[in-house]
Amino acid sequence: MDYKNEKLFEEKVFKDPVHRYIHVRDKVIWDVIGTREFQRLRRIRQLGTTYLVFHGAEHSRFQHSLGVYEIVRRIIDDGFSGRAEWNDEERLLTLCAALLHDLGHGPFSHAFEKVFTLDHEKFTQAILTGDTEVNEVLRRVSPDFPQQVADVIGKTHPDKLVVSLISSQIDADRMDYLQRDAYYTGVSYGHFDMERILRVMRPAEEQVVIKFSGMHAVEDYIMSRYQMYWQVYFHPVSRSAEVILIKILHRAKHLHNSGYPFQYAPVHFESFFDRTFSLEEYIMLDEGVLTTYFQWWRKEEDAILADLCDRFLNRRLFQYAEFEPATEYRKLGELERLFKEAGIDPEYYLVPDSSSDLPYDFYRPGEENERMPIYLQMSNGELRELSRSSEIVDAISGKRRTDHKMYFPEDLLESRENPLYEKILRLLRGE
Amino acid sequence: MLQEHARIVQFIAMAGEARGRKKLQKMIYIAKKMDFPFAEKYELHMYGPYSEELTLRVEELCEMGFLSESCTDKGSYVQYSYNVTEEGGRFIETAEAPHEKLADCIERLNGKSSRFLELVSTLLYFDYLPKDEQIAKVHIVKNKLNFTDDEMQDAFAFIAELQACSIVA
Repeated sequence: MDYKNEKLFEEKVFKDPVHRYIHVRDKVIWDVIGTREFQRLRRIRQLGTTYLVFHGAEHSRFQHSLGVYEIVRRIIDDGFSGRAEWNDEERLLTLCAALLHDLGHGPFSHAFEKVFTLDHEKFTQAILTGDTEVNEVLRRVSPDFPQQVADVIGKTHPDKLVVSLISSQIDADRMDYLQRDAYYTGVSYGHFDMERILRVMRPAEEQVVIKFSGMHAVEDYIMSRYQMYWQVYFHPVSRSAEVILIKILHRAKHLHNSGYPFQYAPVHFESFFDRTFSLEEYIMLDEGVLTTYFQWWRKEEDAILADLCDRFLNRRLFQYAEFEPATEYRKLGELERLFKEAGIDPEYYLVPDSSSDLPYDFYRPGEENERMPIYLQMSNGELRELSRSSEIVDAISGKRRTDHKMYFPEDLLESRENPLYEKILRLLRGE
Repeated sequence: MLQEHARIVQFIAMAGEARGRKKLQKMIYIAKKMDFPFAEKYELHMYGPYSEELTLRVEELCEMGFLSESCTDKGSYVQYSYNVTEEGGRFIETAEAPHEKLADCIERLNGKSSRFLELVSTLLYFDYLPKDEQIAKVHIVKNKLNFTDDEMQDAFAFIAELQACSIVA
């Protein structure tokens, strides 16, 4: 039997708290899971700094990737297989893309990418097509198979139905992370009837559509996305931890570029500071490496770096105040001046943060064809955009809430070490 | 300072008006590819490079009162346009001035149609590939738009023109 169709002698299962079991029968899938690049995902948390707020949120991208694979496997094997619109020849390709869609995420992905202006999707592509163990496994299917998987994940594969299973407004990625994040954070929102959604998903020419009778299950899913955004993803304390993390990396970069003699040289970061890093150096990084450096840097002579690392590791986070840029942008300038006068560097200790800094998205109907909306399939076969039929979705998809906060070290300012601190606090608190 | 917000307001102020969300998305993507410092992260969506961060930022700027949004019914779709308000004008006075070459870049982009900018931005998204593969990718991603060979040539010529006046040129 050729490798593409080779099955394991016995089905393997992974116990999973969200889907109960993850089932693996394909030899290729089993081999991919065993590669070092995929195992690395065990050391990268799915929700970055959120564990500092919801202590259960220690789950990894490894778990999530298996979950996405399992959802796609069920959609194909239990729903699409045998239907005219679905090409069963694409089964393995779709499963591999589902399993590997997050392969290029770095440690504390969002913060790391922001500081070093990187894109995890490009690393996913590079790992799939480069000199890696994953590539070696995929190449055994066919020489162009790694590129095909990369094309599905990169959304440039000609079969748009396959692409939409991995990446669309109602895809396996979102269905797994909403449920998984809800489970591990312990929040009660984020749950929806996935079983029902899987039963009403239908393959169409270019995307997955939903049978009209499943509209209410999809409404539930859209509400989950909305609630998880505000209650978990944009939690202000989690944002505080991420603000500090970003500032640590900025400070280390600044010190490196200005020739600061590190007591604990940032060996793993130097090529990132200089933008000369290799794929192998990227793969070597995980959250354990970062936090180890933070432990060492707490002892650095540079007071800002040492303080920020201590704050992150020991959860001495910044406090926040509501901030209305429309009426208060001049106040920000005044605060920056006062911080400098008081000997506190506002670059690191006075940080405005907006909801647009965290692009977890809501459902929104098509915008001048920028993004494919969710379509309901009516009984006569006609497709209708979801918000045209659902009042609930219409009510939340058109209206946006934005949020802005100002982060600052309240503990330091409350020490009253400098007479200006009180004035700064009063201004921050709007007194 | 809200520098990243200010850059978007400055961009629209220099353009005079941003007509169409899609056009604004593509203009800023192209400017970013010419090394002008826009922080918004773009991903390839079904119809080309798109930034959720930019969409959110523009919404925030409208809520802040620094941009005004108007919409026109174009029959099969609604077109949104953005202008800088008086308060927005005062806001950008407090920000760092934009790069001196940005005005020229915006002027060149402003004169082009949304369809053409869609083609240019998608070609730029694949600029790490050889030219023939770039073209092949555009045909896959935008299979319904049927871009002609002439349009492809014009787009490559326009990219070369932009690169000649980009920050690093």
